[in-house]
Amino acid sequence: MTRKTLLSVGFILALGILPPIFYWTGNAFWLDLATRLVILAIAATSLNLILGYGGMVSFGHAAYMGLGAYAVGIPAHHWLYGGLEAWGLATTSGLVQIPLAVAVTAIFALLTGAICLRTRGVYFIMITMAFAQMVYYLIVSIEEYGGDDGLVIDTRSELPGLDLDNPLQLFGLAWVSLVAAILIVRMVINSRFGMVIQGAKGNDERMRTLGFNTYVYRLVAYVISGAMAGYAGALLGNFTTFISPEMMDWSRSGELMFMVILGGVATTLGPVVGATVFIVLEEVLSDLTLYWHLPFGLLLIAVVLFGRGGLIGLLNGRDQ
Amino acid sequence: MSALLKIDGLNKSFGGIKATDDLSLEVAPGEIHAIIGPNGAGKTTLISQLSGMAKPDTGRILFKGRDITGQPAHKRAGLGITRSFQITSLVMELSVLDNIALSLQAREGHSFRFLKPARKVTHLREAGRALLARVGLEGKADMPTKALSHGEHRRMEVAIALGAGAELMLLDEPMAGLGFEESRDMVALLTGIKGQHTILLIEHDMDAVFALADRISVLVYGHIIATGTPEEIRANAAVQHAYLGEE
Ligand SMILES: Nc1ncnc2c1ncn2[C@@H]1O[C@H](COP(=O)(O)OP(=O)(O)OP(=O)(O)O)[C@@H](O)[C@H]1O
Ligand SMILES: [Mg+2]
Repeated sequence: MTRKTLLSVGFILALGILPPIFYWTGNAFWLDLATRLVILAIAATSLNLILGYGGMVSFGHAAYMGLGAYAVGIPAHHWLYGGLEAWGLATTSGLVQIPLAVAVTAIFALLTGAICLRTRGVYFIMITMAFAQMVYYLIVSIEEYGGDDGLVIDTRSELPGLDLDNPLQLFGLAWVSLVAAILIVRMVINSRFGMVIQGAKGNDERMRTLGFNTYVYRLVAYVISGAMAGYAGALLGNFTTFISPEMMDWSRSGELMFMVILGGVATTLGPVVGATVFIVLEEVLSDLTLYWHLPFGLLLIAVVLFGRGGLIGLLNGRDQ
Repeated sequence: MSALLKIDGLNKSFGGIKATDDLSLEVAPGEIHAIIGPNGAGKTTLISQLSGMAKPDTGRILFKGRDITGQPAHKRAGLGITRSFQITSLVMELSVLDNIALSLQAREGHSFRFLKPARKVTHLREAGRALLARVGLEGKADMPTKALSHGEHRRMEVAIALGAGAELMLLDEPMAGLGFEESRDMVALLTGIKGQHTILLIEHDMDAVFALADRISVLVYGHIIATGTPEEIRANAAVQHAYLGEE
């Protein structure tokens, strides 16, 4: 193992071990923070697949998390208040809700990606954001699911052998999921498929003249990424037990982008480091001062401007 | 003679500029067919239309008797047409060998292969190294592409065209920007593949063209004014006047 892999593994292990220790030593709050962090890190990791490796700057990733969360909340709602039984969607079973979250977001990614990926650059950023806002307003308009006010998830997803009401078990599931997400993205990126995606980012014209239909390859990456974010959203719904359209707001998508860029695009651990620094700093700064947004924003801009390659890049030295 | 490539009445304008003007041309299988012409004659524009990067306004392109005028670039590559670029076009972020391996990978049908690491697919890596050896870059395989010199990039372009295994190679000024020795090496390299692939060669270097080409077409203002063997072209008065005389 190289020093870098060792550091990476150490970081991920610490992220899995320290929060439960905090919890056992009477700091339950830090476990809560870590759970949110780890779930957002999954979404950031999925975003890195398309943004970092594929050069697709999606500004609508929070919508996938939101859809994933509603795929937990809506069946739970119907389980309590009736409706949708015929569809089998009045349930608290995680074995229905989580696959639903993944399927809905995969389909949403396929349909919108097919359109978004016909555009490039700023247009792509705008249109991904537009589709995300569309979902936002769609949810706002549905009275039954609370509209603007959101929806309370009374019962968390029921999974065999797991009790998500137990904060340690919920954290454990999130952490294992994060490890899986990191490994999946690594595998995809290093595969022959991943080489095509990276090639298309670097030189789309060249890849097409070689015979690769880069549009289709990008679309598949887009769907994988969206479905992973949907899964993260299902976890987030279980964590907060309160979901609202606000989770899909464009500023939330912006936060995910920031995590990726802050940590380092197209690096295995960048999104996780970015999410960690983002969440911890947000917490610390908002404790210190009411006006934490300004220094926080300035810091982010500084890293983006001067630390090309993000925090991971700084760690590796300039030439990476 | 049944042509491998048949271009029939091709036209393309950019605003007021007619970059391709009623262009007809046949390329025979196995030949090196050079296209010469002054700057701005429309040589690159022709290659772009043949490779599917640009759409002709009117006219037809037949490859092996099949109309490919409306086919997108990636489909044409699948049929056996590949191009190189006048301005080096590589994936700079990937290694030299990665670039070559991608060209080989492109031949294996789809690349929706997610499990095995691409760099562990030995047959692609080994064939890639062999190709790099052929163009004299075996020592550079694992270097980042952006670290190589211009001359080495030009050789990578050829290795990629070879890797793609195309029946028809469209080479847009492979010697562009090369020094004397590098040009000589490139001529030797192309001589070595002569006969194995049909090549449409665009080149300003007249020594290279006359050394390599079986036939030469002269393109002026988007129109072919003459086609013939190197001797015929040398003797052609119109060509002398339009192009060669100015050198
Ligand atoms: N995308 C474009 N938009 C507008 N005009 C173009 C475009 N591409 C080429 N042209 C014009 O078409 C004409 C032919 O250009 P082209 O690049 O094909 O010439 P060329 O023969 O390859 O020249 P060179 O020897 O300099 O490479 C030129 O007048 C050029 O300015
Ligand atoms: Mg040109």
